[in-house]
Amino acid sequence: MKTPSSRRRNTDDRAFRLGTGFFALLVVLLVAGIFIELYRTSHLSLAKFGFRFWTGRTWDPVSGEFGALPFIWGTLYSSMLAMLISTPIALGIAIFLSELSPRRFRAPLAFLTELLAAVPSIVYGLWGVFVLVPIVRKLQVVTPDWLKKVPLFSGPPLGVGMLSAALILAVMVIPFTSSVAREVLKAVPATQREAAYALGATRWEAIQAALRFGRTGIIGAVILGFGRAVGETMAVTMVIGNNPQISASLYAPQYSMSAVIANEFTEAADNLYLSALIEIGLVLFVITVIVNAISRLLIWSVTREVKAKAPKPATTMALAAPTGGGE
Amino acid sequence: MNRTRRRKALSGFVVFLCAGSVVLALIPLFFIFGYVISKGFSSLNWDFFTKMPKPVGETGGGMANAMVGTAYLIAIAGGFAVPVGVIAGVYLSEYGKKSFGSLVRFTADVLNGVPSIVIGIFAYGLAVLPVKHFSALAGGLALGFMMVPIITRTTEELLNLVPGSLREGALALGATRARAAFSVMVPAALPGIMTGILVALARIAGETAPLLFTAFNNRYLTTSLLQPISSLPVQIYTYAISPYDDWHRQAWAGALVLVGFVFTFSVLARVVTRRLERMHRT
Amino acid sequence: MKLARIFLTVAFSTLIALPAISQTTQINGAGATFPYPIYSKWFSEYGKIHPEVEVNYQSIGSGGGIRQLTAQTVFFGASDGPMNDEQLKGAPGPILHFPTVLGAVVPVYNIPGVDAKLKFNGKVLADVILGKITKWNDAALVALNPGVKLPATDIAVAHRSDGSGTTYIFVDYLSKVSPEFKEKVGVNTSVNWPVGVGGKGNEGVAGLVKQTPGAIGYVELIYALQNKIAFGSVQNADGEFITASLDSVTAAATSASKSMPADFRVSITNAPGKSAYPISSFTWMLFYENPTDKQRAKIMVDFTKWALTDGQKYCAELGYAPLPKEVVALEMEALKKIKL
Repeated sequence: MKTPSSRRRNTDDRAFRLGTGFFALLVVLLVAGIFIELYRTSHLSLAKFGFRFWTGRTWDPVSGEFGALPFIWGTLYSSMLAMLISTPIALGIAIFLSELSPRRFRAPLAFLTELLAAVPSIVYGLWGVFVLVPIVRKLQVVTPDWLKKVPLFSGPPLGVGMLSAALILAVMVIPFTSSVAREVLKAVPATQREAAYALGATRWEAIQAALRFGRTGIIGAVILGFGRAVGETMAVTMVIGNNPQISASLYAPQYSMSAVIANEFTEAADNLYLSALIEIGLVLFVITVIVNAISRLLIWSVTREVKAKAPKPATTMALAAPTGGGE
Repeated sequence: MNRTRRRKALSGFVVFLCAGSVVLALIPLFFIFGYVISKGFSSLNWDFFTKMPKPVGETGGGMANAMVGTAYLIAIAGGFAVPVGVIAGVYLSEYGKKSFGSLVRFTADVLNGVPSIVIGIFAYGLAVLPVKHFSALAGGLALGFMMVPIITRTTEELLNLVPGSLREGALALGATRARAAFSVMVPAALPGIMTGILVALARIAGETAPLLFTAFNNRYLTTSLLQPISSLPVQIYTYAISPYDDWHRQAWAGALVLVGFVFTFSVLARVVTRRLERMHRT
Repeated sequence: MKLARIFLTVAFSTLIALPAISQTTQINGAGATFPYPIYSKWFSEYGKIHPEVEVNYQSIGSGGGIRQLTAQTVFFGASDGPMNDEQLKGAPGPILHFPTVLGAVVPVYNIPGVDAKLKFNGKVLADVILGKITKWNDAALVALNPGVKLPATDIAVAHRSDGSGTTYIFVDYLSKVSPEFKEKVGVNTSVNWPVGVGGKGNEGVAGLVKQTPGAIGYVELIYALQNKIAFGSVQNADGEFITASLDSVTAAATSASKSMPADFRVSITNAPGKSAYPISSFTWMLFYENPTDKQRAKIMVDFTKWALTDGQKYCAELGYAPLPKEVVALEMEALKKIKL
């Protein structure tokens, strides 16, 4: 029976639903808005260069010729190197903290590794410029001459360059990959490991069983870390050398997509130049969206099944949920 | 027998490797903290906290304007991100089981992963170009956009943890859903929601890239919404790439202050989380 | 929790109330890093005489100054490379150039074991920047510097990664003395560098050179002096090897001031004269001829008049050469063009 008061309640509830729904819609509109705005303001460059933008190697503001390949190379190369270095370490930490560590060490160690994520990017950059780069420079100087002939290690000992960038990125990405991997491993039901032990497995073999169960989620964690590396700006800008060249050498100064935007945005003196930079931003946006989408789906597929079982305080998830794509 | 011993040895080796990776990861952490503390501490003095930057060539001066600027920017960012994030989180926990809810959740995660420099470009187009000046407002907006997804997700997750019986009890007593949500559920989840806000604040306090072309920078102390404003990360960056030793020292000091601030918030957040964990375990 | 809420409310309301307190006029400018030391000194000294004026100048590079002035996100710009016709056309209103000081761009280097002052000429510098000369003991460098033991170290070129008037002055000179450079690289605030590492601002390049053994770069004289980085002498159009100094820079400006164009956009690199330093340049402040904000325009005109007269006395200690008197007189006249 619809009483006057219940009719009022229905309208109130509808207002509540619409009202809060509006704010939720804002989130969606925000992301859509970013894409639209980036697309709109980069149209000059999109129209002029089209697909050539991605294959062109020349970045020449004087002649108005803009090709973004060196930046894509720099971003991808540095991020891949960073993943190469960081993934084994991050997984090792995740396994240790979720499976192996004595209970009383777990919380403090987890806290310490999360602290790595709390260090602001600019502080990493500062440390990179004044501490890491001189170390890498010394490393370059002592590299024996025969090794220097290998393209991977060629170039003058500048200190700044791909190696420094990759190392800093690796350190910055480790906490993200490891905390997500840890959540994935925590979501693996205990029965998987218990079954392994019941069959006489060693610790490593039981861990392997857990890893196998959660492998999609772990891949998701790695991809998420990759996305974080791709989006990093400040620390990379300060140590990568700012030279738009494509080089396989770890020692060569190179450039990344986010670094060129940070350096040149405020001075792109003509509209085509600015539009080209924004187009790079657009690509960066699209890459991170795709990377995030894939990794979330993968992680979700593992953790979703098990969510019903144990309501772990979501704040750990939120804290662990990588605030990825930093700067 | 041999095979078992081999398996056990391999297992032990792997355990060793895993422990080793923890140690390896902690080395740069201590390295960085050690450096920031040792280099920054000696440059922290009363001047640093109260004076403005001096012209090039004169020693002394401080980062008072940058610290006030950061506080101001965080306030602006939180000012709109907290309401938006919390209310969006309420929606997700009340009505979020359908596909629209999944869409919102997905876009929130995507927004979380967008590089902050791209958000800076967006805020530039939105809030700087149309009014033709850099402003604290534009910088605060950029930072706020980054806070929204963290607060939204945390609020939703925490509201889901509050026993449904609380909501049902409120509804049974005749409350509207709005009343039930805002007067009963949210207060119950408040500690966790505050944690989410703290985490988001700690994250954006250290952001530099989105401020480079929104809030720009300012040699002076301003509190106007419509003027460029200094901030700790941008000031550190400007000083770090300079060739002046005095500025380098101040950059380290600024880094120490920034790290201290972020560290405090992280510790606070973690303490609250652990208390929550304990509450829910019982 | 209640306490926290009260605290937050109080803090927030204080922050909102603060804007009402300040009474000063803030003027935002951006641009060249080249004159940043003297500008920051000027704004500070002018601020002592006029405490209600706060000029917030950010040295983001000449390219940035031109860009932000054109976009009108700052009130005035500053550049060491004059705006070209295309840039002027792209601005929403006519922009005037006002030279403020004279400066020199010097080749700085960091060669372990070499303390002597090296001699360079235009062609050699161009070849180093083009990447054709890669080692410090290259024959061309040795020929210029007999008696100096140059090691076989690799040359690491440091250049600007941001749009820079210092770059403009440097490549303007190199293009005048090396046709190959002019063709391959050209003249602009931001160019496509054949080799090298990029640093942000004069500060960034100075930092890079200071920290990298075997490096060579180009910075404004004051940055080399303040940071005690070695810099070399350069051969001028008359064949003399001149070290940058107040006198040699002023000598380069003398011939130009006699034939100063009305809009003050002139290049004095590779100037004639026995004692002229070849990589000298004016640096300009850029104002709109018809500004909408008359109050700020009045303040900046007053400031510029002060800078061109009283302000010039601070030049020497910071390594800039003061403007020739004829040029100052011309500028005082030109300032009247700004519609207040």
